[in-house]
Amino acid sequence: MKSVKRTPSFKFAVVGLGTLAMMACASTDSSMKSSASMAEKDVLKHYTVLAHAMYQDSLTTAISLEKAVIQFIGNPTEDNLSAAKSAWLDARVPYQQTEVYRFGNAVVDDWEGKVNAWPLDEGLIDYVSGEYGSESEENPVYVANIVANTSVSISGETIDTEKITKELIADTLHEIGGVEANVATGYHAIEFLLWGQDLNGTGPGAGMRMASDFDTANCTNGNCNRRAKYLKVASELLVDDLKWIVAQWAPGGDASEALINGDVKEGLTAIVTGMGSLSYGELAGERMQLGLLLHDPEEEHDCFSDNTHNSHYYDAMGIRNVYVGEYKRIDGSIVSGPGLSSLVAASSADVDAELMSRLDETMDAMGVLVKSAEGGESYDQMIGDNNDSGNAKVQAAIDALTAQTAVIEKAVDVLQLAAIEFEGSDSLDDPEAVFE
Amino acid sequence: MTFVRLQEVVQNLSCKFISRLVLAGVMVVVTSTVTGTESENDVQKDRERVAAVVQHATDFSKPEAYERRSGGVATVFTSINADAFSSPSGNMSFEKQFDFAVGNGIFRKIWVSSPSSTQSSDGLGPLFNSRSCQSCHIKDGRGHPPAAGERAESLLIRLSIPPQNEEDQAAIQTRRTSSVPDPVYGGQLQNFSVQGILAEGRVNITYAEIEVELSDAGIASLRHPTYEITNLHYGALHPEVMLSPRVAPPMIGVGLLEAVPEVDILALEDPDDSNGDGISGRANWVWDVKQQTVALGRFGWKAGQPSVAQQSANAFLSDIGISSPMLPKPYGECTEVQMKCRNAPHGIDTATNSSEVEQQLFDLVVFYSRNLGVPARRDLDDPKVLEGKRLFYEANCTGCHNPKFVTRRDSVGEEQSFQLIWPYTDMLLHDMGDGLADNSPEGVANGREWRTAPLWGIGLTEAVNKHTQFLHDGRARNLLEAILWHGGEAEASKQVVVDMTSNEREALLAFLNSL
Repeated sequence: MKSVKRTPSFKFAVVGLGTLAMMACASTDSSMKSSASMAEKDVLKHYTVLAHAMYQDSLTTAISLEKAVIQFIGNPTEDNLSAAKSAWLDARVPYQQTEVYRFGNAVVDDWEGKVNAWPLDEGLIDYVSGEYGSESEENPVYVANIVANTSVSISGETIDTEKITKELIADTLHEIGGVEANVATGYHAIEFLLWGQDLNGTGPGAGMRMASDFDTANCTNGNCNRRAKYLKVASELLVDDLKWIVAQWAPGGDASEALINGDVKEGLTAIVTGMGSLSYGELAGERMQLGLLLHDPEEEHDCFSDNTHNSHYYDAMGIRNVYVGEYKRIDGSIVSGPGLSSLVAASSADVDAELMSRLDETMDAMGVLVKSAEGGESYDQMIGDNNDSGNAKVQAAIDALTAQTAVIEKAVDVLQLAAIEFEGSDSLDDPEAVFE
Repeated sequence: MTFVRLQEVVQNLSCKFISRLVLAGVMVVVTSTVTGTESENDVQKDRERVAAVVQHATDFSKPEAYERRSGGVATVFTSINADAFSSPSGNMSFEKQFDFAVGNGIFRKIWVSSPSSTQSSDGLGPLFNSRSCQSCHIKDGRGHPPAAGERAESLLIRLSIPPQNEEDQAAIQTRRTSSVPDPVYGGQLQNFSVQGILAEGRVNITYAEIEVELSDAGIASLRHPTYEITNLHYGALHPEVMLSPRVAPPMIGVGLLEAVPEVDILALEDPDDSNGDGISGRANWVWDVKQQTVALGRFGWKAGQPSVAQQSANAFLSDIGISSPMLPKPYGECTEVQMKCRNAPHGIDTATNSSEVEQQLFDLVVFYSRNLGVPARRDLDDPKVLEGKRLFYEANCTGCHNPKFVTRRDSVGEEQSFQLIWPYTDMLLHDMGDGLADNSPEGVANGREWRTAPLWGIGLTEAVNKHTQFLHDGRARNLLEAILWHGGEAEASKQVVVDMTSNEREALLAFLNSL
């Protein structure tokens, strides 16, 4: 779990050129207006309603996490540590379902690195095993260890880290030096502080953090005061960041308004872009296939907590949510309304049925991962070398995601969003031109 | 964000055309270029079309056709932020973006030392400059010299010595090697090492300020670096050692440069300056490991590598200490003298005896590298930018920074096939004068020669890398300083810039920043 990357947008290459053309030439052809039907607008509106509900739940669970953290550092018992861990795990459930909003919506993509950057170079934050960081006796960032040091030298600059504040970790330390591995904030920074390093490789077991690492009276591993402060500040910052995104998606918020009042085809394209890009490049590709190729436990999304199976499962569920138009909230209530499915079904019941089947098959395959993990074989073990049956389970989930992507492309056709690549336009404008 | 850009593009098109397209219900898909056998007639026709389209601009009242798309159809329209160099070729199929994503994962992957529980992720070093590709090619962009007190990571020092005997001479003359390494330290100084092995040394840079008088804008100051290697842990360097500092160059568009037809590059050579413009330009010729033959050098500050794959294999080996099928040395850059380093644990999987980076993963990272898209131009119709473009041509900057090429149809990747590209380089070596000389020959390149650096994307350096440090060792602190460092064949053009009015210089920089 070192190095980071929020993938720079693997955009689904679909563009409603026809609609854009209408915008450009609306005055010349009014008959085009009818395609922006009420049904499409309703789907877009409900897409924002779902986003708002998911982000609200993410915020609610992050506030519970913050409370559990405060409770824990005030009284650092193993029980309270367990309670904080369990609050973190609960917080991941709604948040992962929001990831489908990333790729189509720049507002989310530009923001999400603050809260979900992964993987991280944990040596920046706190002590790590003697084996870790041994490659470089002098690499300052790798062993910066903010918890242990009141000033660190990074990129030739001495940074005063005496006071651990939101500003310090968010504005100064996060991605310092342009190095994406320098993750100082978000879910995974908190995860590392709660669980500690997972030193079990592809063997069983998660991180082994002791509650006493936060016990100022009987401190283990030093600097318990500063470690507790870091954990508290990172938890508070997560709440702040989630409050911001909730406001974007609230009725009247910038993200909601832009979709509801914007071009309808463009909005629908944002939905399928999010579904396709998360399914394929991001989840199936970078988060799953790479780890399987390498058999590398470092390539596990929620590695400290061994929660990767849930992380992937709820990512996939988010994709299904926006298609179906349904989200089960953390209180068990259901938010339901017109999803993209309704539009696809109106044009082609077959494609809709096929996509529903593929989405369900993905959930089944993801369910196998969850079941295996809960049965004692964690995700990092499943991707381990010489574990054919584990590898096959992960591969099946990758294959299911790939299969659903192919049908998402069919849905794109059905919705007439697709198939026009803007790059071709210049030369078509001038048939004598040389270059495509 | 993509859609905002698209809208802009589409709105720029004529309504007539769009209406026609929409009314006809035409679905236009990017034409995948036909490769394979072409009749001679077609080839000739292509050559004529190419020759016409790569003519230098003469009308500076408006942008040229397609000028906005620096990388042709592979151009990317992205937000101008730190991720601007990280998008896949604009014409990449959705299916292949899976490979791009996995390649990206490997590019940013941090390698660990051996032995580790993870067979496929270990093999780092034993000596290395960096632990991942992206640590030097920060955000797929440009490296930088270390700040005072910082340890160099995205800048490294190449080491070489003059040929010592006939064998060395022969190896250089037949291009089987481009330079003779230091007998102890090898071809590169590695300032990091795995546990139990000593790093080779430390790079110290001191700068002296040099003043350059500008016609009407007072005096500019250039910082002149001096390099010193300290903390040498393996004894003295060879007495005749030559140091060549290099920062990691940006990654964008390298696949397109690989697809420029060799004949079009060689056509720009003028070794005897027969046109008398003071600019010669010659190709580097280097050893192609895969083809086992001499090939045109294209990549690196002195065009020392013939292909993206070989450049990648070399970087894996020398910079990270990772062996690949192309360069299968698990001990990386450790020389025969550095026995402890040679014998240190390595990352080759004994069961499969494959390389530390296996073929499949290597291919993915090469695919990724070849497809980092060049961002579209901005503000190209701004009068100031157009004026700057005119000045750029008038000062004969284009004598080396050749604006346009058309890539070959049978490129390695389909994304690069037959595109009009605007890299602003001729891919050739030029004498850049004493000021920039590293006095370290590499292949054909002598100690004063450098390959013309591509300029596409240069205006986005600050957005991507939060700095504006240019040239091979990042000594220039902004674009004007970079220009003022030009000497040798570029002396006359540099002098034109010195003599410009402030307004003209501003316009010139506005043009460069729009690239």
